Amino acid sequence: MAPWNPRTEGMPLDELRRLQFKLVKSLVYRLYSFNDFYRRRMKEQQVHPDDIRTLEDVAKLPFMYKSDLRDGYPDRIFSAEQNELVRYHVSSGTTGKPTVVGYTERDIENWSESLARAFSSCGLGRGDVMQVSYGYGLFTGGLGAHYGAERVGATVLPTSVGNTERQIELMQDLRVTAIACTPSYLLHMGEVAEKMGVSIKNDTDLRMGFLGAEPWSEQMRGRIEDWLGIRAYDIYGTSELSGPMFTECTEQQGIHIWGDLALVEIVDPATGEVLPTGEQGELTVTMLQKEALPMVRYRIGDLTAIEEGVCPCGRTHPRIGRIRGRVDDMLIVRGINVFPSQVEHALLEIPEVGRHFQIVVDRKGALDNMLVRVEVSEEAFSDKITELMVIKKVVEHRLRSSLNVSVDVELVEPGTLPRFEGKSKKVVDRRSL
Amino acid sequence: MEKSYIVKQISIFSENRPGRLAAIAGALRDAGINIFAFSIAEADGFGVVRALVDRPEDAHRTLTDLGFRVSFTDVIGVKMRDEPGGLSDIASILGDAGINIEYAYAYSGKDAAVLILRVDQAEDAVRQILGHGGELLKASLFR
Repeated sequence: MAPWNPRTEGMPLDELRRLQFKLVKSLVYRLYSFNDFYRRRMKEQQVHPDDIRTLEDVAKLPFMYKSDLRDGYPDRIFSAEQNELVRYHVSSGTTGKPTVVGYTERDIENWSESLARAFSSCGLGRGDVMQVSYGYGLFTGGLGAHYGAERVGATVLPTSVGNTERQIELMQDLRVTAIACTPSYLLHMGEVAEKMGVSIKNDTDLRMGFLGAEPWSEQMRGRIEDWLGIRAYDIYGTSELSGPMFTECTEQQGIHIWGDLALVEIVDPATGEVLPTGEQGELTVTMLQKEALPMVRYRIGDLTAIEEGVCPCGRTHPRIGRIRGRVDDMLIVRGINVFPSQVEHALLEIPEVGRHFQIVVDRKGALDNMLVRVEVSEEAFSDKITELMVIKKVVEHRLRSSLNVSVDVELVEPGTLPRFEGKSKKVVDRRSL
Repeated sequence: MEKSYIVKQISIFSENRPGRLAAIAGALRDAGINIFAFSIAEADGFGVVRALVDRPEDAHRTLTDLGFRVSFTDVIGVKMRDEPGGLSDIASILGDAGINIEYAYAYSGKDAAVLILRVDQAEDAVRQILGHGGELLKASLFR
């Protein structure tokens, strides 16, 4: 699809990196001079803006964490006065205090520009009707998608969440062509529509969805695309970055992160070391043009990798892969970082077992021992012990090759493993360290 | 014809921990299902409970509804003389015919002892046993 901002989106990589360096350099000087929080952090790290001589020198800068935002509640880290702000968003404080994000006019402008590029890379534009079924209000999803869609010339239908029957009626009556919502809400809409006798595939004009704000998988994409007859695009962002900012393009080969707005690094969650392109680790973002709430090397806590090479669409900016899980869930087993999401991902590809699992880590003598408990699927259950033992071996082998650590597998009765998300039940760590 | 002697055994996946057999047996009791015979095959941390019951379909549904992993397996039930040589007779017939026994278990009832067999070619086995004057449980005993 035609780029929204052809000069920037197709900028040669070396030129983009020079631009990024200039932006980093001026950002760091500005923060060192005017932002108490960042100056203190840089001094603690014994780094001065003069030490940033190449783009790689960004690795010398201190990290910033969610806890810094909480400690700075509500606006102690802001780099703009209240009378310069045009908006606040507030993220829900599920774990501790909420965090407040302020926006200058230019912050809102860059946010809309980012999404305008993203949406148009998927073919959204004038003539489209975009239903925004993300929540409007303190949450960034609704207003973010709203401004981005208006910017590309689409007609926005701001339904927000809830009242699903009415949403489906409006989708039909106003000939909605695109939707922005969570993948689980879209699946819910599909089910409600069927109960109303409406097939989203056959009875609506819906042709694309921008789905995010919660983890989802390639399998789920396949199901949504086949069932609803749309292209489903991954959308990414967090309130700290501004809100939803980046999406895949029609190639669906990773999320384009506009390099003039954000500098992404992938770091080892345990050591903070920058990892090479292609390796999975923690997404760390420096917002290059953000004014009100600057973010430097912010450890988002999401696991992903930077995709290698340039996207076939021709946009030169770096891409990140699908989010694979949260760093908070990381376990270190025999010195190897293991993420429950890797186990989940591996199990999805083994039809003989269900998708639910539980990890039990124990210490036998001096060695860590990792046990993964899985349920045998209905189709694979055999009366023959030998066949069940083969399933166990297959799962052990697959997990070992994807985690790089040997794993014992235990087959358990269906329905006995924890169903809900969350580390507390999916991982049992019995090691007394 | 041979098919009328092929009996549906239910096989239930079970973890190897206290109370699992009680849970299965209790569920069948509550559903009023009678167990003719059963065995437990055990492996590393889990096992398979195999049972011959009077109402296999009901047993399958009852246990599945309770969340158990259950499947049907075709077996045959061969009546044996309940005296020395009874088992030997049956085993020899199958051995001579080249039919392999995957697993077996037995019970000694009021009328006769019965050997329950899981074999690779069930219909051949039925033919051989009937051909040598043996007697088999009819599938119609089980609804």
